[in-house]
Amino acid sequence: MSRRKRSYKTQGVVSYLGEAPKHIGKIKASSQIPGAYTGDEAAAYAAKQCKVDVVAAYPITPQTIIVERFSDYVADGEVDTKYLYAESEHSAMSACVGASLAGARVFTATASQGLALMHEVLYLASGLRCPIVMAVVNRALSAPINIHADHSDMMGSRDCGWIQIYAENAQETYDLIIQAFKIAEEETVQLPVTVNLDGFTVSHATESMKVLSDEDVDKFLPPRKPIFKVDPETPITVGAMALPEYYYEVKRQQEEAIQKSKSVVKTVGDEYGKFTGRRYGFMETFGLEDADAAIMCLGSTCGTVRSVAKDLRAKGKKVGLIKLWMYRPFPTEEFLSAVEDLKALAVMDRAISFGAPYGALCSDVSSALQNTGMDIRILNMIYGLGGRDTPPTTVRDVFDEVLKTAKTGKVKERIRFLDVRD
Amino acid sequence: MVALKDLPKEEPYAPGHRLCAGCGPSISVRMALKAARGPTVVVNATGCVEVSTTIYPYTAWRIPWVHTLFENIGAVAGGLEYAYEALERRGQRKGKVDIIALGGDGGTFDIGIQALSGMLERGHDVVYICYDNEAYMNTGIQRSGATPRGAATTTSPAGKVIPGKRGKKKDLAGICAAHGISYVATASIGFFGDYIDKVRRAIEVEGPAVVHVLAPCPLGWRSNPADTIKLAKMAVQTGLFPIYEIIDGKYKLSLKPGRLIPLEEYLKLQGRFSHLLKPEFKDELESIKREVEDEYKRILGLAGEPVT
Repeated sequence: MSRRKRSYKTQGVVSYLGEAPKHIGKIKASSQIPGAYTGDEAAAYAAKQCKVDVVAAYPITPQTIIVERFSDYVADGEVDTKYLYAESEHSAMSACVGASLAGARVFTATASQGLALMHEVLYLASGLRCPIVMAVVNRALSAPINIHADHSDMMGSRDCGWIQIYAENAQETYDLIIQAFKIAEEETVQLPVTVNLDGFTVSHATESMKVLSDEDVDKFLPPRKPIFKVDPETPITVGAMALPEYYYEVKRQQEEAIQKSKSVVKTVGDEYGKFTGRRYGFMETFGLEDADAAIMCLGSTCGTVRSVAKDLRAKGKKVGLIKLWMYRPFPTEEFLSAVEDLKALAVMDRAISFGAPYGALCSDVSSALQNTGMDIRILNMIYGLGGRDTPPTTVRDVFDEVLKTAKTGKVKERIRFLDVRD
Repeated sequence: MVALKDLPKEEPYAPGHRLCAGCGPSISVRMALKAARGPTVVVNATGCVEVSTTIYPYTAWRIPWVHTLFENIGAVAGGLEYAYEALERRGQRKGKVDIIALGGDGGTFDIGIQALSGMLERGHDVVYICYDNEAYMNTGIQRSGATPRGAATTTSPAGKVIPGKRGKKKDLAGICAAHGISYVATASIGFFGDYIDKVRRAIEVEGPAVVHVLAPCPLGWRSNPADTIKLAKMAVQTGLFPIYEIIDGKYKLSLKPGRLIPLEEYLKLQGRFSHLLKPEFKDELESIKREVEDEYKRILGLAGEPVT
């Protein structure tokens, strides 16, 4: 096959692989406390340590542990947070918007139908520039009703203007929620953030992880400093009607803000790395230094893929993993820089974009590659819908296929549905 | 009752907005804010008042004002209240803020009733004012749960076989009072002193309070803009829209019952009811009159007034 070597060069982009800049992160966490947490517990604990002013939420499986734990904190007087027990997710997000506009630090959590019910309000949160942080415990959407993990919920709202981050496990859920507040509240960003964790696989599985002390979280995350607020001291009109003369500019500014948030995501990820030893950013890669074939995915499946890739690499197979933390804004430049030496890439989507050429993640990947001159074969794998298990054997099959494609240049199937009965 | 000369001169709601001549809701907003006792924030639902007072880059609001959506002001107002409380706990702000949630009848009776119910049940210290012009006027006069039986709207037209809107107007005050809150009132912009007093009482009550105010819409009612206040009075005087308070569950009539004006006098000033006065809908009119009378008697009974 013809393949142009290193045809794409990133310009002015700090490599996602390099060392963190030296000027960032002068402080270090004084201690790290080991413990056992489920993903949901980790989310609630992170929100507690972030000293959120207001929580407004509505329970839904598999997010329930988050709201239960937080209710315990409130009932036991462990937090100063005002908890608004909303009568629906629509109202939960509406209350979050109100509280955020008043200048409060706000946290909420939902899943599946709850996110779908919030859909309308999600656009208000981003359009009114409310730095709310929300844990989304990813779960399938009805019908048929199903309570288990897939990414249909978040993908259904992917254009809502929120920064969207995916965590692989409980540790990442904890770390990313703390970072999410810092990213959201940064003066140049002022946008809401979702931290996604897979239902049950992450939300209900107990893992050993490390948490920071309350004092260290305070050091990393100072109280919110709103740049405007709805308060009688500063009478302003928020949520005015913008007709064709103005609406477009507002939306364009919003797009600029989310694109520019990338530099903040990177800085905060680097800072957090220096602070805790666990560094974050746009994505994590494994084996890409010499890989011909790789798998790209989001969330908990990345753990399985990494483990299989390790085994295969031990056997001399040149395979790798691209795990996206940050799905929106899509880290186009960094992604291109990561994949430039690949021959084939399998993009695994845990949601169907009905009637579309590819699943949502694969559509992004193929758009990012457009006009770059890079010749990478793309395979799209739909997997794990409604909590269908994706065992290492399945991942091994995918690696076999993507390796074959890397060798022959031939794509057998544009989209393959993994582990599904005909 | 507050006298005209005693009303504050401040106008938190500025002139120059784009609401219609004779707009009842606009009058209801101006009057309500005359009852403000201190720093006040308004949370406005989507509707005529919202779209016509804040066309960017202009605003008619001299106090903080928030609009997000149509059906969620109960929740947004609750969020604001909790935020002020939390920020005060942390020493980041000081002082009481009165929060007024302002919605039309569509945003209150129908699409927003869940958020309103949640707000009342949780006990937020918010005054909810529903300005009722008895249909979705902002979108062009479609029937709502507040549209009275027989009224013609664009979605409940007076057809050859169906004479306008079917079904009764919801008992909003009763629904709100059923949440066990301590203050609910119905009012009319035709009785401004009574209305302003009620808003002030609602503000002074700790916890949630609801004021349901009738505010005619000349465009939707197909009435003379100069008759807005007259119609707002007549709605009360015909017994169609009794004004009362429900204080800790006890009904108290605001206007001593006297001889009622015949309903036809009220109906004939409005194009939306013109079909009811035609001979072919005589039975329908009679049936509506009986319903109005029964409902009025029910309220009299609840208020402990003699029912004749």
